[in-house]
Amino acid sequence: MAGKTLFDKVWDAHVVEEIPGGPSVLYIDKHLVHEVTSPQAFAGIDARGMKVFRPENTVATPDHNVPTVDQHLTIHDELSRFQVNKLTENCENHGVPLYGLNHPYQGIVHVIGPELGITQPGMTIVCGDSHTSTHGAFGSVAFGIGTSEVEMVLTTQCILQPKPKKMRINVEGELRKGVTAKDIILYIISKISASGGTGYFIEYAGSAIRGLSMEGRMTICNMSIESGARGGLIAPDATTYEYIRGREFAPKGKEFDEAVSRWEQLKTDEGAVFDREITYDAADISPMITYGTNPGMGAKIEARIPTEADIEASGQNSFRKSLKYMGFEAGIPLEGIPVDFVFVGSCTNGRIEDLRTFASFVKGKKKADHVTAWIVPGSKQVEKQAIEEGIDRALKESGFELRQPGCSACLAMNDDKIPEGKLAVSTSNRNFEGRQGPGARTMLASPLTAAAVAVTGKVTDPSALIN
Amino acid sequence: MAIEKVNTIVSTAVPLSIENVDTDQIIPARFLKATTREGFGENLFRDWRYDKAGATREDFVLNQDAYSGTILVAGKNFGSGSSREHAAWAIYDYGFRVVVSSFFADIFKNNSLNNGLLPVQVSEEFLQKLFTTIEGDPSTEILVSLPDQVIRISGTDIEESFEINPYKKECLLNGYTDIDYLISIKDKIEAYEMHRN
Repeated sequence: MAGKTLFDKVWDAHVVEEIPGGPSVLYIDKHLVHEVTSPQAFAGIDARGMKVFRPENTVATPDHNVPTVDQHLTIHDELSRFQVNKLTENCENHGVPLYGLNHPYQGIVHVIGPELGITQPGMTIVCGDSHTSTHGAFGSVAFGIGTSEVEMVLTTQCILQPKPKKMRINVEGELRKGVTAKDIILYIISKISASGGTGYFIEYAGSAIRGLSMEGRMTICNMSIESGARGGLIAPDATTYEYIRGREFAPKGKEFDEAVSRWEQLKTDEGAVFDREITYDAADISPMITYGTNPGMGAKIEARIPTEADIEASGQNSFRKSLKYMGFEAGIPLEGIPVDFVFVGSCTNGRIEDLRTFASFVKGKKKADHVTAWIVPGSKQVEKQAIEEGIDRALKESGFELRQPGCSACLAMNDDKIPEGKLAVSTSNRNFEGRQGPGARTMLASPLTAAAVAVTGKVTDPSALIN
Repeated sequence: MAIEKVNTIVSTAVPLSIENVDTDQIIPARFLKATTREGFGENLFRDWRYDKAGATREDFVLNQDAYSGTILVAGKNFGSGSSREHAAWAIYDYGFRVVVSSFFADIFKNNSLNNGLLPVQVSEEFLQKLFTTIEGDPSTEILVSLPDQVIRISGTDIEESFEINPYKKECLLNGYTDIDYLISIKDKIEAYEMHRN
């Protein structure tokens, strides 16, 4: 018999029922909830006169809409305040655990799940947010859902889902100097395109992936959706277990050891079949940046923006529209493009390792005068740790300031909007038109590249500037 | 929430020949602060329909009087990006009942089906034929039959069949929702929980 993939093992263990010719009824272990995609779902459950079915398997936090300064004050934006208050009210009515604003565990939902030990291997995890794929870094099946599905999970702890196809992407070999997890995933998406993963769940494997920290693995899985994939996952290993050990909601003592022996089974069997498999050589990957308006439009920083001749015919309209929006000429070198804003944060790169990377690069250097930089920790825990490690002081000495946690300029629902026409180098996940504010222009890159850009004030390959 | 039944739609169509239309374009994040499902149509494609001063952009297809109807025909990879169901709500609220493309993002497709908005996936070739025909004559009517799983340029034999999961087809034809189904099998869900503990 052919072996099973990691994805199959986790998915199959959660199927309550298969509907003939239809989707599977999939049981959800952990449901993460935030203020933007949940109010209509709670309204639906209230209209039925029902209660949340398994509040103990649910956890909520406000993140999309929260300010990143003066969080102790009332939120001044009326609609944001109403939405955040609505989350509190809904959680109270339904007994759902909530880490509200100013709670020591508040933060971006995909940052707090892992750091609190809520995210564990072998689980099914959903959230009304496409970057739920982040949690796949632990060998869980995690994906984003719509609000109707949020209502289904609140009401029954299940959703109906067609089983996706399976893809494996192997990255083998040693990464070059200055190349980080973010560069790996931007490279992959530039190869398979912003729709190449649609219909698939991706397993990332290979020695370069195994060599990454949990933070790096989360960055990779986080951006799976930017290739169109429902999610991505990585088999758990000793790095995973060491990360989980001792965290607030992780199993403790003997239970932890038992859990590890179960988690050790969570890997793709020899001979398991994937619908598609791709292997990349880690040595081919350079520091990457995007130049267009979808995450598939990425290139090596040392390269030039492609020309129309490089683009297939059906995509040329969109390519022209994209460059027009960005204000870039086709064929120009990326290095040296002047940058106005730098944003470090988000569920992609707002973890402690990202802040450490940024801070250690800028140490002893100064922020370029014309650059406005927003450095936003992913959670209260990340903020606390950054302060304990002296990262906030180091940033201040170089002309940077640490803000308070939230999604911030990644989607600009709060006040952190890049002004119209301004160009931002951002560690977040989407460079769509207007994503970081109406008319804002975004280039996606790693925290290391963001640090180099913040210091030079222009698009810069960091690899030449590090030892 | 119940959904409207879907059966056969005959309508003129609006051609949006842009690829990779993401959900941030369909409904920008700053309009996601509502706590109800209604009213999102007003801000559908907000930054393509209006300039920053709020003036109508005449070059955008939704603002051109020649085009109208309940069918939106869009370029490849429609609905990519954020999982916001507000995108499906906005399209529905604006008045569309069908979206045709050669490729849909997965979450958007699920969200559409859960709201009675029918995503019709056609070949790239057929899609280009639709664009050419509609742009050539905006009064062209398109027929979409869910029971027959066929999309046709009315009055011609230019047609293509489309796929839909049989369960989802049944739901749309009858106005059934997933949540009603899940509630109806709650005993099975509880049995599953018992069994795995």
